Amino acid sequence: MSSLNRHQLRELYRHLLLTRGLEERLERLWHDGRVSAPPIRSLGQEATGVGGAFALREGDWVAPSSRELGAVLVRGLAPREVLVRHLSMSGSPVGSSDQADRFTAPALGVLGPTGPLGTQLCVMNGVALGFRLRAEPRVCLAYLGDGASRTGAAHEGLNFAAVQGLPVLVLLVHNGWASGTRSDRQAAVTDWLDVAGAYGLPAESVDGNDVLQVYDSALRGVQRARRGEGPSLIVAETYRMQAHADDTGAQHDAEALEAWARRDPITGFESYLVETGFESRPSLAVLREGVRRELDLAVEEALGSVGTGLEKPAVPAVPGESEPTPWTRRPMVYPDLQTHESG
Amino acid sequence: MAGSTGQGEAMQAAPDGAQPERAGLRQTTYLEAIREAMWEEMKTDPTVFIMGEDIGTYGGAFKITEGFLEEFGPDRVIDTPISEAAIVGAAIGAAHMGFKPIAEMQFIDFIAPAFDMIVNFAAKVRYRTGVGAPLVIRGPCGGGAHAGPFHSQNVESYFANVAGLKMVAPATARDAKGLLRAAIRDPDPVLFFEHKYLYRRIKEALPTDEEIVVPLGVARTHRPGSDLTVVTYGAMLYKAEEAARTISDEDGCELEILDLRTLRPLDTPSIVDSVRRTGRVLIVHEAPRFGGFAGEIAAQICEEAFEWLDAPIRRVTALDTPIPYSPPLEEHYLPQTDDIVSAARWLLAY
Repeated sequence: MSSLNRHQLRELYRHLLLTRGLEERLERLWHDGRVSAPPIRSLGQEATGVGGAFALREGDWVAPSSRELGAVLVRGLAPREVLVRHLSMSGSPVGSSDQADRFTAPALGVLGPTGPLGTQLCVMNGVALGFRLRAEPRVCLAYLGDGASRTGAAHEGLNFAAVQGLPVLVLLVHNGWASGTRSDRQAAVTDWLDVAGAYGLPAESVDGNDVLQVYDSALRGVQRARRGEGPSLIVAETYRMQAHADDTGAQHDAEALEAWARRDPITGFESYLVETGFESRPSLAVLREGVRRELDLAVEEALGSVGTGLEKPAVPAVPGESEPTPWTRRPMVYPDLQTHESG
Repeated sequence: MAGSTGQGEAMQAAPDGAQPERAGLRQTTYLEAIREAMWEEMKTDPTVFIMGEDIGTYGGAFKITEGFLEEFGPDRVIDTPISEAAIVGAAIGAAHMGFKPIAEMQFIDFIAPAFDMIVNFAAKVRYRTGVGAPLVIRGPCGGGAHAGPFHSQNVESYFANVAGLKMVAPATARDAKGLLRAAIRDPDPVLFFEHKYLYRRIKEALPTDEEIVVPLGVARTHRPGSDLTVVTYGAMLYKAEEAARTISDEDGCELEILDLRTLRPLDTPSIVDSVRRTGRVLIVHEAPRFGGFAGEIAAQICEEAFEWLDAPIRRVTALDTPIPYSPPLEEHYLPQTDDIVSAARWLLAY
C-alpha cells in the first residue's frame, strides 16, 4: 500500500496519461507536417519519468533525457508550452533556440540533455556542489539511459558524485534499447545493479513499469541525499515499446513487445487504483476524459499561437487556474537563477 | 631555443619589466600573477572556487595553488578524480547555481576529454536558456619545455570555431593577472591559456596597491612601429620582440607588435587599424599552421584592409606535425626569432 493519498495518486495517474497523450498528439502533428521532428517517445516507460520526478520537492533539480517528458510535466511545464515549443511558436517558456525535445528550463529546475549522451550527470554534479556550498537541503535527480550509461562522461559523472558524496540520485532506465541497438549489444552486464558496485554506490532495482515502485524507491534515494548521506542509484527495469525516434521503423522484437504490453504502466496502475478502492472504473474514465479535453485545448491553443518563433519569445506565461496553483505550476525563483543572469 | 631567451633566463620584455622597484610595486612572475588573481578573487567573492587534479593537497602540478587548500578549505579547493569531463561538467552546473568556478586542466592538452562538455554544454548555455555560465577553464599550454606531444600543445584552434566561448592567452604577468580577474568575473565561459614556458621566466613589477583588471577583447600595442605589423599572442610575443630589435638595429625598420591577449572576442579593429597604418602584416603563433588561428586573422584583414596592403599576408607558425619530444627537433618545430626576422625582411622588401 502506498503512502500517497488519493489526490497524489490521481496526480500520478494524470501525469501518466498526460505524458502518453501529449506524445501521441506530437506524433500526430509530426505526421501532419506541423512539427519538424518526430517526438522521442517514452511509450511503455512513462512510469520512470513520472514516478521519479514525483519524489522531488520544490527547489530540487532534475535532468531528464529526451525520453522523460513525464518528468518535465511533473516539474510543471504545461502541455501547451511543450506543444508551442515543438511547433516553434513564440511564447515558448524556454526560448526559441533550444531543441524542442531538449528543454533546459532553469526556472523549473530542469536541465535538458545536449546531443551526445551521458553528460547531464556531470553537470548535475555541479548543481549539487552548488547546493552543498550553500548548505541547502536540495537534491538532484539525474536520469541515465542504459545506452547513455556506456559513455565515458557517465562513468566520470557517477564516480565524481560518489567520491564527492553529492546529493544526487541517478535513475538508470534499462529499457532494452539504445537507439536502434539492443542493450545486450551495448553492455555485457546482465544484472544492471552491478553497475553501482564500481562506484561504491548503494543501489536498488525496481519494476520500472510500476509507477509506485519507482516513486517509493526514488523517494528513498532523494531523502537519503537530502539527509546528506550521498548519492545512490536506482535501476528501473522497463521496455521501450517504440523505435528510437519514430513510429515507422521496424520495431523490433515482437515477442518482447507482446510480453511487455501486458505490463503496461498505465493499465497496471489503473488496476491498482481500482483494486485498492481509490478509484472506480467510472471515475477513471472521468479522469481520462479530463486529460483528453486538457490536451485538446492545449493543442488548439498552441496552434492558435501567433508567431513563428523567429521573434523573441514572450516571458513564460503562468496558466490561470481557479484552484490554488500547485507549486509545480508556479515559476520557481531562487537566488541561483538570478545572480548570474545578465544581458 | 634560438635567440637570447634561453631557458632559466628571466625575460624582461614586458613593458613593466624595466620599472625599478618602488613602494607599492613587487616583482611578480607570470605564475604568481595567476595565483594572485585567483587568490584575491576567492578572498573577495565567496562564489569563486577552484577544481582540478592535484590542486589541493599537492598544490598543483606547477604549484600555482599551493596554500589554497589551507586558506579556503576543501569545499572551495576541490581535488578531483582524473576526470576532465566531470570537472568541466561540475563547473557548468555550479555556474548554473550562481557560482564562478575555475576548473584547472593540469595541462591544457588534457582539455580534449572535456571537449563535449565545453562545446555542447558550456558554449551553448546562453543560447539555449538565456542565462550565462560564468566559468573559467584554465591550464598551461605551449612548448619549449621539452615535454613532448601531449604536454605542449596549443589548443585555441580546436575551440575557435565554436560560438559561445571566450579565449584568452596572456603574454605578460600584468595581463595574466588582469585578464584572469576579468575572466573570472565574466558572465560566460572563458578558456584561459597560460603559457607554461612563461610561468617562471616572466617577472614584472606589479602594483600591490591597485586592482589590475584587463578587459577581455582588447589587444595591446606592445611596441609601436610604422613599417610592418606583427600580430601575435602568448609566448611568441618575446620572439617577435627580439626580431623587432634585430630589424631595428640591422635594417633600420620599425615593427609594430600587437599582442592580441584575447583571441575571442577578437579585437579586429585594433588589427585593422595597425595594418592600415603599416600596410604590411606578419602573423605569428606557436600552434601549427593548417587551420591555425592566423588563418582567421588573415581572412579578416583581407575583408577589412585589403586596399591598404602593400604585400601579401605572411604567417610564421609551428610545423604541421605533432610536437616532437627531442629538444633539437622541438626547436626546429617551434617558430623561432630567425624565422620571424626573415619573414619580416621578405615582407619589408616586397
